[in-house]
Amino acid sequence: MFQRSTPRLAVAAAALALLLAGAAQAQQAPLKVGLMLPATGTFAALGDMIEKGFKLYVQEQGGKLGGREIQYFKVDDESEPSKATDNVNKLIKRDQVDVIVGTVHSGVALAMARAAKESNTLLIVPNAGADAITGAQCAPNIFRSSFSNWQPGYAAGVVAAGKGYKRAMTITWNYAAGQETVKGFIEAFEKGGGKSIKDLSLPFPGVEFQALLTEIAAQKPDVVFAFFAGGGAVKFVKDYDAAGLKRSIPLVASGFLTDGTLEAQGPSAQGILSTLHYADNLDTPRNNAFRKSFALTYKANADVYSVQGYDAAQMLGAGLVAVKGDFAKRDAMLAAMNKATIDSPRGKFSLSPQRNPVQDIFLRQATGVNNEFRGVAVKALADPGRGCKV
Amino acid sequence: MDFATFLVQCLNAVQYGLLLFLVASGLTLIFGIMGVINLAHGSFYMAGAYLAFGIAPLFGQNFLLMLLVGVALSALFGYLLEWVFFSFLYQREHLQQVLMTYALILVFEELRSILVGNDVHGVKAPDWLAGSIPLGELMTYPVYRLFASAACIVVGLGLYFVVNRTRLGMMIRAGASNREMVRGLGIDITQLYRIVFAGGVALAALAGMIAAPMSSVYPGMGGHVLIISFVVVVIGGIGSISGALIASLLVGFVDTFGKVFFAELSGIGVYLLMAVVLVWRPEGLMKRGY
Repeated sequence: MFQRSTPRLAVAAAALALLLAGAAQAQQAPLKVGLMLPATGTFAALGDMIEKGFKLYVQEQGGKLGGREIQYFKVDDESEPSKATDNVNKLIKRDQVDVIVGTVHSGVALAMARAAKESNTLLIVPNAGADAITGAQCAPNIFRSSFSNWQPGYAAGVVAAGKGYKRAMTITWNYAAGQETVKGFIEAFEKGGGKSIKDLSLPFPGVEFQALLTEIAAQKPDVVFAFFAGGGAVKFVKDYDAAGLKRSIPLVASGFLTDGTLEAQGPSAQGILSTLHYADNLDTPRNNAFRKSFALTYKANADVYSVQGYDAAQMLGAGLVAVKGDFAKRDAMLAAMNKATIDSPRGKFSLSPQRNPVQDIFLRQATGVNNEFRGVAVKALADPGRGCKV
Repeated sequence: MDFATFLVQCLNAVQYGLLLFLVASGLTLIFGIMGVINLAHGSFYMAGAYLAFGIAPLFGQNFLLMLLVGVALSALFGYLLEWVFFSFLYQREHLQQVLMTYALILVFEELRSILVGNDVHGVKAPDWLAGSIPLGELMTYPVYRLFASAACIVVGLGLYFVVNRTRLGMMIRAGASNREMVRGLGIDITQLYRIVFAGGVALAALAGMIAAPMSSVYPGMGGHVLIISFVVVVIGGIGSISGALIASLLVGFVDTFGKVFFAELSGIGVYLLMAVVLVWRPEGLMKRGY
């Protein structure tokens, strides 16, 4: 009798064990997070800071978000839009990640947004400001923890118009981020009674500014608005000073001109006014705690990019905590992320209906090696999310 | 555009062109004399800039001394690199050379990332070059840029002298015309190639060192320069140094004035120039003369 029922008992026991193990596996399997950030090229340092910020938050939560361990997959996007689709598909199809976090370059991010929309993968953008990501290309599974290009540009326009300037010139790289930032600036500047007399641009990532600086000197505007980031920002600020323009034509910029670059720019950057959703010396308990934690962990000063990475992790954490780590409860998780108030080092912010941060844009002035807080340029500025139909 | 602005733009164009010439002359020498397509040439430019960043604190105000030391170090590096790596490429076909030197680019970028990190850095110009000359009411022209142009001219003249008036130059020109004959005449072609390669690397690195205070030092800075250098070499004629000079000045003007007048199209202006020249004179402007 024993002989006949044992096999069946054994099978049943094995099946039960497997079932329990499977259930336990599902609960404890690490969440796959794919980081698609620049590890090489002119934005490499920015990608590094974003990753550090993201991992810092996870570390502060004990290595888990919503009870789930995080398993990282990395792809270097080289800030190259032509390779973007292939690169993001490495994460989606080859590594089968649950969440994608990236990237810096707006052109690359747009391709990522398209791929994420098609495969319905959760995408959190920790920097790229392309308006379309929370505009014409928006989707319920695409979030942004940083800003839209329009936001700091618009705030700079408010500042410039507020100072009474009437004639402005703009200068930037001829790519999505540059054009959209400048458009935001022009929108606010013209609303404030000014006019942009000439919009200069050069191909990304060219750094030969001399010809354009000469043109600025020839036209003599009241104010110049500039958008550059990374290596180009360093060169532009130094060239602007070397051409003697710093003394005669005030420069107002999107904060990226002086973020993470002050040490390399030296005295040429001192006094430059910029607008951004973060200021290094924001004297709030939250920011101070964050900067201390970052400095202790990485022996480096946090910047806006690390804050954005940190907040991307916070967003994901908010969603996971709401569903207790059960990633399969997609709708509940996305709903929680949409409603969340993120306690960011930049100040608390919530998301617009298009899933872009609604945040204060600060006015900062480059002083020493920090962009120091000088006041709020625009409070609770929400990107209009033009073209978003979801 | 008024005349004063026009003159300043010409100055900008010449300065940019001259720096390009420094990089392109090294590339055209290597390409012309040794027949090697060296994609890693941009990396040598970057290496020079990072070298300047690294050793500048040691030299303080002795900028010229730093340049000389940098040139010596890069020439030595080039000599060793040729011995260990490039000497194997001469017999290979061009595609293999492209692949191998492209791999070298990746290796250099990673090495840079590991050794120095990915941050953007600045190099301070020495005090005696840090001033500016007023040009017109608003604009000042940095003295350092004038120095850079002057340095490029000096090096260019030196290059002309070496190539056209010395025995070494004679051997280089002979090697460019007919490699087999030179070997047949008993001249040690291996040593010659090594010296030429070291020279090419030193030129690119010198360009990077001179450019460092102007353009700052950042990852990927070699890539853009590399592509434009190849355009210059193709326009000027492979192996021709005077061609490289004319072509780089042309590129400087097209780029500078293109930016001012045709902002959106300025990116393609240089390539249009190359296309026009290739249609008109496929071997380049100066063919293979010197």
